[in-house]
Amino acid sequence: MASGNLEVRDLSVSYGRAVRALRGVSLDVPAGSVTAVLGANGAGKTSLLRAISGTLPFHRGGVDAGGVRLGGRALTGLRPAAVVRTGVVQVPEGRRVFGRLTVEENLKAGALGARGRAGTAEARARVLDLFPVLAERARQRAGLLSGGEQQMLAIGRALMARPSVLLLDEPTLGLAPLVAARIGATVAEINRQGTSVLLVEQNAALALELASTAYVLEVGEVAARGASADLAAGDELRRRYLGAAAPPTERGEDTGDAADAAAGRGDRPTLARWTG
Amino acid sequence: MSTFVELVVNGVSMGSVYALIALGFVIIFKATEVVNFAHASLLLAGGYVTAVLHDDLGFLLALGAGIAAAAGAGALVEVLVLRRARVENHAVLAIVTIGVDIVLTTELTRRIGTEVLSLGDPWRDRIVTVAGVSVAETRIAALVTATVLITAFLLAFRHTSWGVAMRAAAEDGETAALMGVRLTRVSLGAWALAGALAAVAALFLTVFPTPGLDRGTSFAAMKAFPAAILGGSTPPPARSPAA
Ligand SMILES: Nc1ncnc2c1ncn2[C@@H]1O[C@H](COP(=O)(O)OP(=O)(O)OP(=O)(O)O)[C@@H](O)[C@H]1O
Ligand SMILES: [Mg+2]
Repeated sequence: MASGNLEVRDLSVSYGRAVRALRGVSLDVPAGSVTAVLGANGAGKTSLLRAISGTLPFHRGGVDAGGVRLGGRALTGLRPAAVVRTGVVQVPEGRRVFGRLTVEENLKAGALGARGRAGTAEARARVLDLFPVLAERARQRAGLLSGGEQQMLAIGRALMARPSVLLLDEPTLGLAPLVAARIGATVAEINRQGTSVLLVEQNAALALELASTAYVLEVGEVAARGASADLAAGDELRRRYLGAAAPPTERGEDTGDAADAAAGRGDRPTLARWTG
Repeated sequence: MSTFVELVVNGVSMGSVYALIALGFVIIFKATEVVNFAHASLLLAGGYVTAVLHDDLGFLLALGAGIAAAAGAGALVEVLVLRRARVENHAVLAIVTIGVDIVLTTELTRRIGTEVLSLGDPWRDRIVTVAGVSVAETRIAALVTATVLITAFLLAFRHTSWGVAMRAAAEDGETAALMGVRLTRVSLGAWALAGALAAVAALFLTVFPTPGLDRGTSFAAMKAFPAAILGGSTPPPARSPAA
């Protein structure tokens, strides 16, 4: 399903010609890989995804320099619907399911941008296979789902377009460790089935476990990049994220295996996060 | 008793015509968040085209031309006026539609002058009487047509891809765009559909017992605004059809 590498080159983004959100960012999402982008609040992670999917104009933002290519084809300047048709589909930050539509209708909405109608039934079967709960709740309004279920719906909805590259913006935001681990496992499965993933996360442990390569964004610039294992082993991340004198992160005592998976092994940095 | 029934039938019939107008108004508002003050002039344009063409084309073709003209006028307003200003303030866009309304209405009233135009409908002033209750055929035609159109719209809105795209775009435009919905198409379709519904409403606002289309017809159309604004605060599906 992969249709080439996603390449971001020297990308600069600003809002209202005043707020510079990204400065000369370059990164690669090789076909078939999971690539992670880490960064604190306001680092520019969401802006990066908006630049790729063409939604900056919704926020009075724009690309000032550089660009995005998929397998050599320029995406910069395309409308969001055109980007979707190239096979690059974004799951937005905060899930953004259509709360007044049913679960089934949300999935239908996801298929609106698919390249060709054939294969929609297949995509639907795959989504329901990954997230059986969506089949149970098919006729319920999406607004009534729990946060974790909404995240599953948001991912499932994006998969309905049969993407070759999936962009995920903080999919575990505000989720309990168990549910976050579940989402993580599903992302790995989606990737195994052939979809490249660009994963934006603040949950560094989870992201580094899933990704082969990771980038660290800091105030709009790439501050570090490397193989996930190296980043996880080194103290670079720990220093940038937690501050040099940060106390060791507290870990749940009896939250079980899944929580352990979410938090990573003991030597990996776990990010303190705010929710709400 | 029969007078009462007649009043009810006539009232419901008129209400269904206003519902057509209000529905168009709400479709535009839901799809684009623009309050369309030019709606009455689209209605007048549709009615006028039907009125001038029915002698040559016959009623049905002329009505089709009127519907196409109003739909085209709506689409043109969207493309030429609103699309450029897509990210601008919606209140500003509403005021822009007032400008469009003034221009269109002025031109149409200049053309209509002091005349009262017939739209050439086949029902004329015939009355049907059933069990002592007398109702004009035009009122029955209005009720049936409006009911069919509104039902068709609600079904499409509920069950087709187009309906899902409309509702997704109305709820969250950016996310709908991320799903591959072309917002410009949704908006264009909404304006064209609203124009078409207004042209049908123009027909039933001007048939018997109304003498015909005159420059005051668009004022009658304004009566639908309160209904649209009250109904517009909730999504149209599965609520009252008048929304
Ligand atoms: N719509 C906007 N208008 C103006 N500035 C914006 C807008 N959206 C983001 N910014 C600014 O751009 C910078 C990057 O924001 P962005 O949302 O991309 O960060 P982020 O890494 O996604 O943060 P978070 O982790 O909180 O989601 C911030 O300084 C932010 O204030
Ligand atoms: Mg963000």
